[in-house]
Amino acid sequence: MNQPTTWERLRADRDWLGFWFMLPTAAFLLLFLLYPLGLGIWLSFTDARIGTPGKFVGLENYEWIIGDAKFQTAVFFTLLYTLVASVFKFAIGLYLALLLNQNMPFKAMIRAVILIPFIVPTVLSAIAFWWIFDPQFSVVSWSLRQLGWIEGNINFLGDAWNARWSVIFANVWRGVPFIAISLLAGLQTLPPSLYEAATLDGATRWQLFRHVTYPLLTPIIAVVMTFSVLFTFTDFQLIKVLTNGGPAGSTELMATMSYNTAILGSRIGEGAAVSTAMVPFLLAAIMVSWFGLQRRKWQQGEDND
Amino acid sequence: MIDERRFTRRDALKAGAAIAGAGALEAANLAAFAQAWAQASRWKPEKGAKLQLLRWKRFVQSEEDGFMALVAAFTKATGVPVTVLNESLDDVQPKASVAANTGQGPDLFWGLYSLPHLFPSKCLDVTDVADYLGKKYGGWVPSAVTYGKSGKGWIAIPVGYNGNLINYRQSMIEKAGFKAIPQDTAGFMELMKALKAKSVAGGFALGRASGDGNAWVHWCLWAHGANLVDAKDKVILSSPETVKALEYAKELSTHFVPGCAAWNDSFNNKAFLESQVSVTNNGVSIYAAAKANAGKDPKAKEVMDDMNHSLWPVGPAGKPTEFHVAYPMLGMRYTKFPQAAKAFLAFTLEAENYNPWLQAAVAYLTHPLNAYDANPVWTSDPKLSVARDCAKRTLTAGGLGSVGEKAASALADFVILDMFASVCTDRASIKDAIAVAERQARRIYR
Repeated sequence: MNQPTTWERLRADRDWLGFWFMLPTAAFLLLFLLYPLGLGIWLSFTDARIGTPGKFVGLENYEWIIGDAKFQTAVFFTLLYTLVASVFKFAIGLYLALLLNQNMPFKAMIRAVILIPFIVPTVLSAIAFWWIFDPQFSVVSWSLRQLGWIEGNINFLGDAWNARWSVIFANVWRGVPFIAISLLAGLQTLPPSLYEAATLDGATRWQLFRHVTYPLLTPIIAVVMTFSVLFTFTDFQLIKVLTNGGPAGSTELMATMSYNTAILGSRIGEGAAVSTAMVPFLLAAIMVSWFGLQRRKWQQGEDND
Repeated sequence: MIDERRFTRRDALKAGAAIAGAGALEAANLAAFAQAWAQASRWKPEKGAKLQLLRWKRFVQSEEDGFMALVAAFTKATGVPVTVLNESLDDVQPKASVAANTGQGPDLFWGLYSLPHLFPSKCLDVTDVADYLGKKYGGWVPSAVTYGKSGKGWIAIPVGYNGNLINYRQSMIEKAGFKAIPQDTAGFMELMKALKAKSVAGGFALGRASGDGNAWVHWCLWAHGANLVDAKDKVILSSPETVKALEYAKELSTHFVPGCAAWNDSFNNKAFLESQVSVTNNGVSIYAAAKANAGKDPKAKEVMDDMNHSLWPVGPAGKPTEFHVAYPMLGMRYTKFPQAAKAFLAFTLEAENYNPWLQAAVAYLTHPLNAYDANPVWTSDPKLSVARDCAKRTLTAGGLGSVGEKAASALADFVILDMFASVCTDRASIKDAIAVAERQARRIYR
């Protein structure tokens, strides 16, 4: 009998079989995730322009953007935008989820309606917000003027801080349904027996929420909020359409800045540096939610490590 | 001389056709001309040639219709099919850059300002086309030479310009005590002040409006003798002239309607059409929109009847410092059909094609060749006449400096626009705003 060759052994081996099955997925991930990420990081160390490969320039791009007042403003606003919008989205989303979890007439329809802001394409909703925030034709300004509460129009997007709060508001509006519906799905998996037991023990509604609902929901909250923070941090369309980063860069996000620099300004290297600078922030956000919120003791009591 | 005569006779014929409302006659003329042209032309398309052209997405429907009629005539005469792709204005440049450097993509690109100068060595040399057209049609305007030429040869044909003009309401400036737009910066300040005090205020975009915003702040900068760079591309922004320009803009902006800092390119159109502003800057598209709706909307008719256009005031610099959009068209060196591409470029600017197209664009486009001053569009409607001189008066992207990649980068980064906006909205002192812009400019122009 012939000795099987190495190849024949690898082909038949059960342990290697798993490897063979993983190979297509691994190739897919390498090609479509790792390669672009690696290329982006590599480009950020070069002085590439659109079409020309560029030379290696070390940390030069990073040194430049760190000293750039516009980049500093963009980082500051990206963090503010993510933090404030996420907090509001979480609070409102959780509240809505709890409400929708109650028994009420037309439940299915109301749940569907809640999803509307999420379904409408971002660019379209941004255009609707144009009309809400328009310096001349804002419906909000108009209504308040009719009521006699204000005299002139509200300068929603023309003032740096007004513009910042306005775009945050638009982002919250858009992001709430995702969180509400995801948390609602989580709420519906909670076992009713726990509530029965707690009620028999005489727990108040607040105690039910604090000691039953919330701990059981944390794994889902962790996942949902991680996604929400990542989406918000990398937001692009809303800002691009509403303000394009104006006035004078006060609503610029790192994502829009990266696009402007790399694609419209054709300085790929510098734009790649701006987007690579987002990675540490994103990693930090993932770490916090996965290692923080997913700890067992949060779910199962203080002394169960 | 012969050309000139044929050109006017042709116009008379066309005017007659328009009055009779006989579009069919015109189409037949165009087809007959096209065939004759193709036979006489020195650029013979390669066998089996076909062209792909990527252009910016139109703003005025009739302009695109006119362009497509021209494309159809070219195909009919030469047998070369031309596919026209439309992309939004912002996307033309990145696509062209990638195509130029990968060596594949559309044969012809029609884009903005400095497009051909981003990759001059990849552009088809069109010196013969430019010389032919220049000789035949009274010469190129100076800015067309700057945009079209790189070194000794031509790398693009600046097919047209889009004039950015002061749009104003006659009744409103009269209410403020003015008959016309003052043609000096001091008088213009008085007008804006009086409008705010006694009539309806005006306003110019301070948001990131790449068209209207860039147009007015560059006018203001140059009108005061300030410049981003000198002729050798050395950054010279930090100067007393820049301070003057910013002081002027800051004072001017106190007379604006509230909210200009939020304006992008379309906000002022809406506000003007609703009579919320008396003076703003724009192409002739507000007028076109008002005209299109005048039949069914009395408000639009009122705007159309009352509004007018003006060129920009001249400042301390002592000469016109306007900044109009230029639209150069270029062929790629990688094209397999260079003769067909050249034939198309030449064909486009021949009077028989260009005149009707220019008319269809109703002054949205201004010609780069002097002979087209005689196009009927400049006399048919006195409110559009001022746009005739836009190509002659405009300065080029980059000001005194080169029109290439650096100028395009500075525009894309809103270096000048953000400097003005941050001063006018009190986000930064004049000194700080200049320092930020100067630092950015040094980086771009290193």
